[in-house]
Amino acid sequence: MRKTGPIEIVRPRDLAEAVRLVAEGGMPLAGGTDVFVRVRNGQWDPPFLVYIGELPELQGVELREGGAEVGAAVTHAELLRSPLAERLPILRLALSTIGAPAIREMGTLGGNLANASPAGDGLIPLYLLEARVRLAGPAGEREVPVEEFILGPGKTALGPGEIVRSLWLPFPEGKPLSYFRKVGRRRALVIAVASLGALLWLEGDVIVKARLALGSVAPTVLRPREVEAALVGKPLNPDALRPLAEELSQAVKPISDIRASADYRRKVAGNLLLDMAQALSATKSQG
Amino acid sequence: MKIRFRLNGKELELEVPPGRRLVDLLREDLGLTGTKEGCGEGECGACTVIVDGKPRLSCLTAAIQVDGKEVLTVEGLAKDGKLHPIQEALVETAGVQCGFCTPGFVMAAYALLLEKPHPSREEVRTWLSGNLCRCTGYEKIVDAVLLAAEWLNSGEG
Ligand SMILES: Cc1cc2nc3c(=O)[nH]c(=O)nc-3n(C[C@H](O)[C@H](O)[C@H](O)COP(=O)(O)OP(=O)(O)OC[C@H]3O[C@@H](n4cnc5c(N)ncnc54)[C@H](O)[C@@H]3O)c2cc1C
Ligand code: FES
Ligand code: FES
Repeated sequence: MRKTGPIEIVRPRDLAEAVRLVAEGGMPLAGGTDVFVRVRNGQWDPPFLVYIGELPELQGVELREGGAEVGAAVTHAELLRSPLAERLPILRLALSTIGAPAIREMGTLGGNLANASPAGDGLIPLYLLEARVRLAGPAGEREVPVEEFILGPGKTALGPGEIVRSLWLPFPEGKPLSYFRKVGRRRALVIAVASLGALLWLEGDVIVKARLALGSVAPTVLRPREVEAALVGKPLNPDALRPLAEELSQAVKPISDIRASADYRRKVAGNLLLDMAQALSATKSQG
Repeated sequence: MKIRFRLNGKELELEVPPGRRLVDLLREDLGLTGTKEGCGEGECGACTVIVDGKPRLSCLTAAIQVDGKEVLTVEGLAKDGKLHPIQEALVETAGVQCGFCTPGFVMAAYALLLEKPHPSREEVRTWLSGNLCRCTGYEKIVDAVLLAAEWLNSGEG
């Protein structure tokens, strides 16, 4: 896969062997939609890749009491076809915006997570659901909340030899409304200018609990907890939320890059909150 | 390493480096040049093939990832010298100009019709959003996919 010739790839027999190979310096390879792009353009130069994409220990979507366990190597498309996509609309909304169909067939949830991009669309539902990351490593297994797993752009809490084995997605209580929208330059392609996902619990028209997660407006996906708290007690309509849109614009910490300026990203973040109010109050009144 | 897979219905066993890109394996090692390489980084869809019934980009796929799988390329579509209805429809609607993007569109459309035999116009557009064409302006390609769906559903073609 390198310009200079194919990169070495080894295929472990099981998870234990994969952990050993990664501890020796191999880089995990799942779908390859990030790895192959970056190895080819020279950004990454691992000594060898460890193909974990088909390890049985990393497969499966299991609905259990209180939540679901999703294998790290489950692809976005597999998740979208699974009953979990019905059970957790936020997952369906976010994952269906990733790439184009072929990218969704290839890319995995574990790869999206380990990639730790602030624009990772798969991360938004993980933050909203307060997912827990289950890791396998040389010292055994451990579990970390997603917000502690992601440390910065491309940085995770993965220790030497550690592999993401699965994700635990707790089912939210009650029946929250779900919202996801990303604003980007071109629909199918890569990276958002800003994105917002939300779970909102209502009594009548009034918000009683809210979780928000923003992508591409800070070094990691951001949960603006002050704004979440301020939403409680407000009716769900754009007029009532206008002051909070301003507050949300101030809460984000965007950078300027080739895709958008920091100011534009602030503005988009605020507007997305109003779009949320509009979209969700419309679906609500339809029943 | 030795990899074994079915390619367009034929069982193959090859000795290749596990990191050999599928697009190179197809085009250079096997001489199947129908599959095109445009961008080489997942953005244009020209290299789309079908693996176990699902679309995959062969520029971002290593040989090791098709070991034991069933691969279908554009060369595997025509039957008994007759074009596949998707190909036929592209000719009919003039959805082909320079033709570079065409095999990728054909394979992506093939994957769509496997999953959704009766797509709406909007579904066709959304589905094909990962395929780029510099020539046609897309509308005729979308027309072709809808026409092919019609033919396939009515048992013609
Ligand atoms: C054209 C194109 C469009 C894209 N569009 C989007 C988009 O709209 N939204 C979006 O969020 N992303 C997008 N992506 C990025 C990418 O497809 C996703 O991030 C995908 O989920 C990555 O998964 P993968 O299995 O391909 O990861 P890989 O490329 O296999 O791996 C990615 C990283 O994660 C590590 N890794 C993988 N699995 C594990 C594991 N189990 N344990 C530990 N480390 C692991 C790898 O070592 C590597 O560092 C796009 C990519 C391309 C090429
Ligand atoms: S060549 Fe593979 S997507 Fe462009
Ligand atoms: S026909 Fe020329 S790129 Fe599509």
